[in-house]
Amino acid sequence: MSTAILDIRGLSKRFGGFTALNDITLAVGRGERLGLIGPNGSGKSTLVNCLSGTLINDTGSVSFEGEVLDGLPPHQRAYRGLARSFQLPRPFGTMSVAENVRIPLLYTAAVRSGRQRSEQEIDERTDELLQLVGLGGRAGAMPADLTQVDMRKLELARAMAADPKLLIADEAMAGLSNAEVDDILKLLMTLNDGGITIIMIEHIMKAVMAFSQRLVVLVSGTKIADGAPSEVVRDEAVVRAYLGQ
Amino acid sequence: MSGHADCVTSPVPPAAGRRATQGGLSNARFLLVSFTSAVALFAALTLARSDYVFFACYVIGQFVVLATAWNILGGYCGYVNFGSAAFFAMGAYSTVAISMVLTEYAQTLAGRVLGAIPTAVLLPLLIVFAGVMAGLVGLGMGYLTLRLKGVFFSIATLALSVVLQTLIVNWDFVGGSRGAYVIRPNEFPLPGGFVGYLFALMLLLVVFALTGARAIERSRLGFGFAAIRDDEGAAEAAGVPTLRLKLIATTLSGALMGMAGAPFPYYIGFLEPASAFGLSYAVNAIAMPMVGGTQSWAGPLVGALLLGTFQQVATVTISSVLNLLIVGLLLIFFVVAAPDGIIGLLRGISRRRIAKKGVAS
Repeated sequence: MSTAILDIRGLSKRFGGFTALNDITLAVGRGERLGLIGPNGSGKSTLVNCLSGTLINDTGSVSFEGEVLDGLPPHQRAYRGLARSFQLPRPFGTMSVAENVRIPLLYTAAVRSGRQRSEQEIDERTDELLQLVGLGGRAGAMPADLTQVDMRKLELARAMAADPKLLIADEAMAGLSNAEVDDILKLLMTLNDGGITIIMIEHIMKAVMAFSQRLVVLVSGTKIADGAPSEVVRDEAVVRAYLGQ
Repeated sequence: MSGHADCVTSPVPPAAGRRATQGGLSNARFLLVSFTSAVALFAALTLARSDYVFFACYVIGQFVVLATAWNILGGYCGYVNFGSAAFFAMGAYSTVAISMVLTEYAQTLAGRVLGAIPTAVLLPLLIVFAGVMAGLVGLGMGYLTLRLKGVFFSIATLALSVVLQTLIVNWDFVGGSRGAYVIRPNEFPLPGGFVGYLFALMLLLVVFALTGARAIERSRLGFGFAAIRDDEGAAEAAGVPTLRLKLIATTLSGALMGMAGAPFPYYIGFLEPASAFGLSYAVNAIAMPMVGGTQSWAGPLVGALLLGTFQQVATVTISSVLNLLIVGLLLIFFVVAAPDGIIGLLRGISRRRIAKKGVAS
């Protein structure tokens, strides 16, 4: 397990009497493309929130590159190289696309590199990131004027601006057309080629199967399968969870 | 929404999308320009040879500072503070407390040291002292309340105001509910007299507040504030240390409000809790930025100049009671019809014009 970048051990989260996550243990290797699937309400987003520090897990512990993250607020986790995109895009509404990307450049990226970029460097990096996600011509647009797919791209550009080691893409493709899904998929592949570990949470099986090297299935807050995608989708417990008895 | 396709295909220069306020004067230049304007304004008003002009303009200046201070927390960070009066009063009562030491303990060491300082020198020191005190109250309020969001934060600030007022009412040393006199110097060596001097101080505070607010807006800190305002969770995810930034905002905002209040006892000569904690401050501190526009330093300035002047005129011509009614009506109008204020309206117009040009080309 020395190559694991993220190590989750015995993680549980309860909301009142409801157990959202039950004793999750999961290690993610450096540079790995991990798919995380599960029916609605199975705890995928709760897991993301526990990893990113938005929620505090009741038991268990999360380590990132050997460092225990428990108790750290989200921005501290971002400083260590853990980035996430939001399931529903949450752009900074009063800022242009370029300014949205500017925030993580000013904060996370600056802390991670130990140096504040100059105005010109920020502009260059912003352009680079927007080109990367395919928002090259939209730097001056306001988020409210973006299409759904552009909004998702902005969400990814903002996550990427933080120079993360691990990116958690929380349903980055929900509600997109086939061509748009391929767009985002290609983008995530490019990022992974650049050495970024990616956890993809997704409902679109075609995308998950094409992307993942390994597939983890959550059902009612419990991990019921973990392995090669082609085997996991044939797993009896998984099929039962998705299709009913 | 139909214009999308055109926008995508038309190439946009690399620098597009940068904040509109990022061009223009550097902070030092802005300071120089605003300072020069303040000096010119002061000189022009001296020509009027009327204490009343100074009196009226002092109040307007005080509201510019108050509105700018409110906007640092309310406009930049999106945390609506209903307790502005508490910070203003905190500043005013810091001054009263010091002046009480001066009169009650004139024979002690502290009294003698303070007594040896001429009023013209003492006042700026009092302003700094009030800034520190009110800043500390702001920091404390932040620690206690910033885990609250939205309307709950606002209610907490309102409660803070009530708590502070109760403390002051029961603190005999600063006059309790009876109030306290502050002795103003009869003779004053500078042009414009004592009132002129108070106005000059307030003008300097205005320059300080506006330059500070503008500098914050364009800085890393300001972008962090804006991110908090737009979406606190997303701000955290982008690496913005939200709690620390909010504490900075409450401290700065509180300190500036306290500084606005510090010369007030000298201005009116007699301070009582009801006037220091007056509804007028809390309402105006919110209404002025809302009317002017909350997203840039110019908004509170425009709003305060407009509403402040209007109130001064209304006090003389119509009635001193009608003031707040008019402010209230204007506030309702702007919240409903133009939530981004006057500056927002102007920006919207210029943006539409640019968009039209873009389509035409």
